[in-house]
Amino acid sequence: MEPIGFFDILTRMAVQFTPVWISLVALFALSITFKRRLGLYGKLFDSTIGMIGFALVMFWVFTGVYAGAFDMIATFGPLEQVSGMKNKLPGTPLSGAEAGDYPYYLLGGDNLARDVFSRMVKGAWIVVQIAPLATLFAFMVGITLGLPAGYYGGKLDTFLSFLANLILAFPVILLFYLLVTPEIVMTGLPQFMATVLFFFPIIFFGVLIQSRYRPQPQKKWIWLAAVLIPLLIVYISAINAKGSKIAFSPIDLFDIPPGILVVFVSVVFVNSPTVFRIVRGLTLDIKTRDYVAAAQTRGERPWYIMLWEILPNARGPLIVDFCLRIGYTTILLGTLGFFGLGLPPESPDWGTTINEGRKLLAVYPHPALPPAFALLTLVLGLNLLADGLREESLRD
Amino acid sequence: MGLFILRRVGVMILTALCLTYIVFFMTNLYPNLEKLAKTQGNFRMSDEAVASWLDKRGYLQSTPKKYAEWLGVAPSYRYEDPDGKVIGRCIDPGVDPADAPNFCGILQGYWGYSTVFKDTVASIIGTRLGLTGILMFWVFVLMVPTALILGVLAGMREGSRTDRTLSTISIASTATPEYVSGVIFIALLASSRFGISPILKEWGWIDGRTLFKGTATSAMENPNFENFFLPVLTIALYGMGYIARMTRASMAEVMTAQYIRTARLKGVKFSNIVMRHALRNALIAPFTVIMLQIPWLLNGVVIVETLFNYKGFGWTLVQAAGNNDIELLLGVSVVSVIVVLVTQLISDIGYVFLNPRIRIS
Repeated sequence: MEPIGFFDILTRMAVQFTPVWISLVALFALSITFKRRLGLYGKLFDSTIGMIGFALVMFWVFTGVYAGAFDMIATFGPLEQVSGMKNKLPGTPLSGAEAGDYPYYLLGGDNLARDVFSRMVKGAWIVVQIAPLATLFAFMVGITLGLPAGYYGGKLDTFLSFLANLILAFPVILLFYLLVTPEIVMTGLPQFMATVLFFFPIIFFGVLIQSRYRPQPQKKWIWLAAVLIPLLIVYISAINAKGSKIAFSPIDLFDIPPGILVVFVSVVFVNSPTVFRIVRGLTLDIKTRDYVAAAQTRGERPWYIMLWEILPNARGPLIVDFCLRIGYTTILLGTLGFFGLGLPPESPDWGTTINEGRKLLAVYPHPALPPAFALLTLVLGLNLLADGLREESLRD
Repeated sequence: MGLFILRRVGVMILTALCLTYIVFFMTNLYPNLEKLAKTQGNFRMSDEAVASWLDKRGYLQSTPKKYAEWLGVAPSYRYEDPDGKVIGRCIDPGVDPADAPNFCGILQGYWGYSTVFKDTVASIIGTRLGLTGILMFWVFVLMVPTALILGVLAGMREGSRTDRTLSTISIASTATPEYVSGVIFIALLASSRFGISPILKEWGWIDGRTLFKGTATSAMENPNFENFFLPVLTIALYGMGYIARMTRASMAEVMTAQYIRTARLKGVKFSNIVMRHALRNALIAPFTVIMLQIPWLLNGVVIVETLFNYKGFGWTLVQAAGNNDIELLLGVSVVSVIVVLVTQLISDIGYVFLNPRIRIS
């Protein structure tokens, strides 16, 4: 068989992405039809930039979900090696193809004869899983510490701000190199950090419910039980791993691979001080407003004011920053992969693939370029989305 | 003002102490020390051999004690062989132990000895920092004017088509991390088989095999356009978008100010309004951003120096961290922490000088 040309490759890739196109069209059709009833999300569809960004982001989200969870789109397995396909150019027909095999390596083969296209698509799943979740955790930490720092001020603020500046003064890559090495993983340090960092969502939700339903104890206890018990089980399962430093609990629903855990923890750790500073700044600004004074006069507790008066009014900038920060987290994950830290070397995530591909870059650029473009478009999408959201939320 | 600077310097020193202590603690965790012993001694050492190797060199003391020694506030550890030979941190080979100083640490100007490069940390950091300095200089030469021009052009007519285009460009540039743009540039411009180089070669426009070089190793002795442009461009591109956006925001804000409206009503030409009236006030905010961008560039420097194999400060950081070269890593972190903190201080002080409306009590 002959290698296929440029347009053939594009067409075949577009065909592979069919489920993604269908989902995108359905999502956009639904959202545009009901955009007046969807609040800020609906307003996003008034701005072209925001829609482009949202489309890019959702493209990779759908790709990740379909490829990772349902095993669609990808033409080969991410670790499948086919002899004779090493460093082959895009569009090379599969050597020794049997019936049922996809007949081409659409974006060529890498230096271990794996399909570049499938690895890029599978890599999306890793990024789509880790980046938003890590950002969410960073927000939990940042909000839980930033609100009291801004609201109370004083010594607490000085201390927390000092800590935040301390972490921010660290060059990120040095921190990664210190945290994400097999030797450090052996000492259990990432697990201890996870123990602290993962506890913040529990505090956050606990205080959130406690401050809201304090006058109605019965309702409060139901809510607390309904939210905190599952959270605690997940928390214990997350930090507990057999054969590691923390292995105490009989309940252990799942184990996070140590590589993923350390990457996750370090990304959360690096992101939370910035979130802390943003939340603190917003709190300092909002606490001078009249409705806060009104709540204080009513005799509301400080935590009620922080979580139910100040936080909802800070949501605009926080949502925008959330989008930007997912992008930044994606970049950080790529950086970790680029230096070969954390994730195993055969992992198909984009950073690791770029790192693998850069060694032969001048001779065979095709294995490194697809993950590079994938990362670029996802981060660009998130930035455009944030820009669109900012514009729309400023408008009213 | 004096008091303000004094307080900031105090906080700075405290921060630097805390950070170096953290680095010290992490590099001195036992598995790291074990790795160090095995790479320095031999890989098949037994656990007892590792312990005695570490003990001889004073690595098994408590961390605060070792930190104080490294800092130079405690007398450094000495080990006496059964046959009377004394070894220690302060005793260079061939120097009589009696003549060697008791204290040797950062405060005495002794930065330690790199186990990977077999050289003193001070001299390694000196040369590497010089190389990175050249890189950073050209990055700034390229980045700052481009970013300011982009920002001013976009911000002077907010909402216009120019503004939209330029803003999208700057968003795209902030969304492109160095390892992505670097890889794309090398594939497009520095590959002899792909991208534009073979085409240019065929047309006879370039003499060499490629338009630019994919590595900057030769730029360490002899930086020129061919081998140095791509690394500089790669770093500059990522930082540029952010400065441009800040400049745009600040320019757009200034353009709506009362005095600009007055100037327009007087009939001053638009170019004059921008150049004479708006620019100075619009450039206050970007100044802070540019200064705060330096620590960010440090990340870019590490990535780009690794990607282009330019053996500067960032490359040294990767080597030191990858091989657990404790003293070199500490030296590198001291320097980078100082860079970060000093730029923060300068940006704060500069902001006050540029903007007379701000008073520090």
